[in-house]
Amino acid sequence: MLKYVLHRFMWAIITLWATITITFIIMHSIPGDPFAKEGTMPESVYENLQRHYNLDKPKIVQYFFYLKQVALLDFGPSLKSKTLTVNDYIEKGFPVSFHLGAQAMIIAVFFGLILGVIASLYRKRWPDYTSMIIAIIGISVPSFVLATLLINFLAVKWSFFPVATWKSWSHTVLPSIALAMMPLAYIARLMRTSMIEVLNQDYILTAKAKGLRKNAVIIKHAIRNALMPVVTILGILTANVVTGSFVIEHIFGIPGIGEMFVKGIMNRDYPVILGSTVFYSAILIFLIFIVDVVYTWIDPRIKVTGASK
Amino acid sequence: MAGKIEVTEEMFIPAENNFQEADRISRPTISYWSDVWRRLRANKLAMTGLVLIILLCLMAIFGPYMNGFTYYEQDFTKKNLAPNAEHWFGTDASGRDLFTRAWYGARISLFIGLMAALIDFMLGVIYGGISAIRGGRTDNIMMRIAEVIYSIPYLLMVILIMVVLKPGIFPIIIAMTITGWIPMARLVRGQVLQLKENEYVQAAKVAGAKLSWTLRKHLIPNSMGPILVNVTLTIPTAIFAEATLSFLGLGIQPPQASWGSLTNDALGSILIGNFYQLAIPALLISLTMFAFNVLGDGLQDALDPKLRE
Repeated sequence: MLKYVLHRFMWAIITLWATITITFIIMHSIPGDPFAKEGTMPESVYENLQRHYNLDKPKIVQYFFYLKQVALLDFGPSLKSKTLTVNDYIEKGFPVSFHLGAQAMIIAVFFGLILGVIASLYRKRWPDYTSMIIAIIGISVPSFVLATLLINFLAVKWSFFPVATWKSWSHTVLPSIALAMMPLAYIARLMRTSMIEVLNQDYILTAKAKGLRKNAVIIKHAIRNALMPVVTILGILTANVVTGSFVIEHIFGIPGIGEMFVKGIMNRDYPVILGSTVFYSAILIFLIFIVDVVYTWIDPRIKVTGASK
Repeated sequence: MAGKIEVTEEMFIPAENNFQEADRISRPTISYWSDVWRRLRANKLAMTGLVLIILLCLMAIFGPYMNGFTYYEQDFTKKNLAPNAEHWFGTDASGRDLFTRAWYGARISLFIGLMAALIDFMLGVIYGGISAIRGGRTDNIMMRIAEVIYSIPYLLMVILIMVVLKPGIFPIIIAMTITGWIPMARLVRGQVLQLKENEYVQAAKVAGAKLSWTLRKHLIPNSMGPILVNVTLTIPTAIFAEATLSFLGLGIQPPQASWGSLTNDALGSILIGNFYQLAIPALLISLTMFAFNVLGDGLQDALDPKLRE
């Protein structure tokens, strides 16, 4: 088990390094340099700025500087803001983004599982069809479309919720729903398929035959076993929620990391783009690593095959 | 019921001892693909998807010419019109005809989706195929590389590449295919590895078949099914990615239009009550995603021999 965890961890680190390297190459293949725009700048000031940001050194030296910086968790200064560094942005934005993402994931997992279980128990009857219609809508309607629809109806027309920004709990409702719909739909569909498969297994028949109550069979035998495939895709779904969040944050004007990323792109603020990409990737790679480990931990079958290798 | 059976002399004549006649197959053989098509046709949801896709493609081809306006022509005396007899979907904030723009956008969105899926398909088949056929060390290294690239969040990479490239149709396709081919490569590799071990492939090898023959006659036709499903499901992913990019302002630039950019343009107008500007592109994206997703699901079911009844 420990060997497996260490192995996975090593690959997570390699992936992170690859991401940093690719991002660095992409950002530095942009023609020109960040200070070239400000034309009235005296030559000496320009040279000082270049030296200050190590831009006068060869690319490979800059690359190692950046790797060292990132290893020390320092993402450098922002080019557009004179006082704030990328770290300041992340410190301010992360709690907000984390709140939004966590809330969305909780909604997605909770309602997704319920819908999936209900659909499987009432197969080919109206609760099944209703759940699957919700799931198809969730997969078909992009989050930004859903977000704009929610704003149009629930906020602008009927004013149940505030239109945008991030102040009280009621501000968090619409963005969380918009972000949660897609993973919710995936979880519901997967849970349904997995439940139907489990319910056809012999041990369910045995459990019923020995006289267990219906609820006990469903909860103890069916749901617990059907959860496995859902756990596997949680990592990918979290990745979707995280990358989906910058569109949602942008629409609702939420001051999270996603909004910082989008603004960074619009301002061509390269350290901000680089920093937030690396930060995002680190979080995602870490989450997928955790999901992998948790999965082997809760599924005894994998442990056995892992040990025999 | 009580119908009398006429017993005649001829019934007692011995049957002709003709083995060839007995072995003759009296019904036409159903090939694998016609069987798949038969099962797909029985799936109402998937057929709805197929019909929708055909309709959307036809409208993308002919829609922009149907009412005599162009997608770029501005008329500032006719801003923000509601749908009427002249402008069937109304006009936008610059007085451009939304009917023409919506179908012109369909053209771009569908083109990008199809091209991205096609390129992903080709790259994936080449990479996955080489990896699986070579096997051993080459396979190991190639798949490790693919795995690392795959762990980098897709949308994040696409956005990052779009920051470097100039916005436009072909840069979007490039950005999406740089990392988008990996799931396909992994799928192809898995398929080929599995098929390679099958007895009929081994038999072909023993009989002296060349690699090209084995590929053409055994490996490619038999792995086509899951690959086709994957291609069908890549198209909505690509359309969604394009819409998100355009929505963030990194994709299609005005006066050109795509569904994503039309949604983005309409965002400002919902606050002044022009909901239809948002509703049309939103509905079109959602319909397309729906159509491709249900068709993909239907194909998956139709191709699965286990589900045969």
